[in-house]
Amino acid sequence: MLLVLALLLVLSAAFVPNFTKWENVKGLLLAVSLVGMISCTMLFCLAGGDFDLSVGSTVALAGVIAALVINKYGNAPLALMIPIAAGALIGSLNGFVIARIGINALITTLAMMQIVRGVAYLISNGSSIGVFDRGLTGMATWSFGGLQASVYYMIALFAAFGFLLNRTVFGRNTLAIGGNSEAARLAGLPVVRTKVLIFMLQGAVAAFAGVILAARVSSGNPDTAKGLELQVISSCVLGGVSLTGGIGTISGMIVGVLIMGVVQNSMSLLNIDAFWQLVASGVVLLAAVMLDRLKSQKA
Amino acid sequence: MPLEFRAIGKEFPGVKALEDVSFAVGEGSVHALMGENGAGKSTLLKILSGAYRADSGQIFLNGQSVSFATPVAALEAGVAVIYQELHLVPEMTVAENLFLGHYPAAGGWIKRSELRQRAVEIIGRIGEQIDPDMKVGSLSLAQRQMVEIGKALSRNAQVIAFDEPTSALSAREVERLFEIIADLRLQGKIILYVSHRMDEIFRVCDALTVLRDGKHIETFKSLEGVQPGVIVERMVGRTIDDIWGYRPRAQGEVIFDAKDITGPGLAAPQDIQVRAGEIVGIFGLVGAGRTELLKALYRGVPGCGGQIEIAGKPVRAGQPRDSIAAGIALCPEDRKKEGIVGLRSVLENTNLSARRNHALGGVVIDERWERSNAQTQVDKLRVRTPSLQQPIGLLSGGNQQKVILGRWLSESVQVLLLDEPTRGIDVGAKREIYELMYALAETGVGIIMVSSELPEVLGVSDRILVMRQGKLVAEVRREDATEAGVLALALPVAEEAA
Repeated sequence: MLLVLALLLVLSAAFVPNFTKWENVKGLLLAVSLVGMISCTMLFCLAGGDFDLSVGSTVALAGVIAALVINKYGNAPLALMIPIAAGALIGSLNGFVIARIGINALITTLAMMQIVRGVAYLISNGSSIGVFDRGLTGMATWSFGGLQASVYYMIALFAAFGFLLNRTVFGRNTLAIGGNSEAARLAGLPVVRTKVLIFMLQGAVAAFAGVILAARVSSGNPDTAKGLELQVISSCVLGGVSLTGGIGTISGMIVGVLIMGVVQNSMSLLNIDAFWQLVASGVVLLAAVMLDRLKSQKA
Repeated sequence: MPLEFRAIGKEFPGVKALEDVSFAVGEGSVHALMGENGAGKSTLLKILSGAYRADSGQIFLNGQSVSFATPVAALEAGVAVIYQELHLVPEMTVAENLFLGHYPAAGGWIKRSELRQRAVEIIGRIGEQIDPDMKVGSLSLAQRQMVEIGKALSRNAQVIAFDEPTSALSAREVERLFEIIADLRLQGKIILYVSHRMDEIFRVCDALTVLRDGKHIETFKSLEGVQPGVIVERMVGRTIDDIWGYRPRAQGEVIFDAKDITGPGLAAPQDIQVRAGEIVGIFGLVGAGRTELLKALYRGVPGCGGQIEIAGKPVRAGQPRDSIAAGIALCPEDRKKEGIVGLRSVLENTNLSARRNHALGGVVIDERWERSNAQTQVDKLRVRTPSLQQPIGLLSGGNQQKVILGRWLSESVQVLLLDEPTRGIDVGAKREIYELMYALAETGVGIIMVSSELPEVLGVSDRILVMRQGKLVAEVRREDATEAGVLALALPVAEEAA
């Protein structure tokens, strides 16, 4: 996949006007930051043999809660922590139902996706809520070396979850459980606990990303991030993460996120119609995954 | 000759699976294929069946060079391979499975009555009492295997290859299978038969080819006058006189004391004791509850009861985790489903359980320990692997089993539960596993081994327990044990009367 990314970068640099301009690079990184952050935990979900469709809704709900809290109490740390706690709760519920009760992850998170989206509409009365508190917007609008806060949050999460995956018992257990959960259980691994933790982290990270998004665009919008879950899963799959569990690397996932970002960025620069962009994104996903399959068959 | 392999070669990354393999198989004969795991038998069958493509060489069928792109193409050309893992759809009926992929149909509509009629006919030819309308999922393992053979018949296959067909069958079912094979032989079919069991080979086969390390070693055109020892020698490339290599050892106090053990598949509460340094063998026919007993002792399934003491200390009866913490370890019967994480590396599989004890604060992995422990176990157990990073699923069964043993040797194990520890493992690796068991027992570990191979139970155990219909029914000392005696104890009572 690294090859695909390199090829894309070379082609884009050669044929897409302004692609290599610093302004554009900044914009590209900012554009992938939301997907990038949530891909960190989605990687764990997928590597553990499950997936999570409720992240888009969680992003929206978190933004709405943050807006409500800040407008009521004017306390920025509170407006960050309460949504994260809510996200963690949503995730834990997902994890509990999937791992403990044994309901299929597709059904569970599909249901949760609707429930959470519905709650976001309910508490916001269906419309965006403005965020004007400097303390909160400041969390998302600071920049350093020209790069916006979200990019740094994304990089920090890459580092944190890279460490978790490769260097902790939790990370290695995740891959083993995704590879063969019965063997993992008989080898004494805490399967249920690990899965609940994975989903809890997923909810918390999605909520964090949701708060940062709301702070960046100065509004908590219950309509936002629809279909985000599919973009996130696409990026992971592009990055070589197995949909059936057991395989996944942080570096691969980052490459996947960047491939998606470069394709969308190039198309925007080329003024390709948004509807066509959607078609192209799908084609890129399919082509890249087929290419990968071809490569691994040869090996 | 109707079926001929000429200079077949196949390479996988880092391994020459087959190299210049040539031999011929006659029709109306049963041709055995023997060799240690990793010798290339399975690869050869997969090339024959179209699952793999050979890198070099050709297969000739009836004088014509053939190469099948897919297993379906091979089936259509009359080549059927019946693997250890059966390829049936459990939710479909016997009749549907028999004709899967070539239903009698008109214009896209399945002709139900014809399907059923032809299924009955096929079942009649196998001579088994199976209802064609039953779901395959509700059949016994043996019956499913018969259905798999029926599938080959439904295609009117000329070549039928069996890959370890008896490994999951009871003695009576094996007899039935042999009758069917004899029948197929009379019909002039070309039959390849892969097995590790020497007694079967001599009963069923006319000719035999030995592979070792991907190379053709020798083809015996007739088995008359051939000594089993000679074949084993060809397989391992060295002489093995006594495959058990049993050595007596001192036994200590009772280290494992289980009382009133209950669990799914057990007919009554069971008691079992093991001394330090003792190897207890449990024999029973398929369905006697052997695996269920081990699982219950390990708390490997929900709904187990009873008390277990290790060296006088009660074990918390909960989950596998608690058992491991108390020093009880299980090597499961079904390695692929319950033992290994096939996608992950040898290193990951070795350290899977024990790493929690070596991680900083129980959280951050100690990479130095991870590497050194995995390397230690690989060296100690002589696991043959290209590297510690090799996915374990690509290793042979014997090496997978050694890695699982290595996983438990990384813990402080006091009682080792082994469920069919040498199933599907070749002679050379079997001996290595036995040696490991003796070596462990010599350090004071208590071992319970379940096996469906009676000679193995008699050859390795210090004491033999017999299971029948979900209960431990008899105990035989090593000195007093004979095959006939133990088998008689294991036979279901109802059948004795019949």
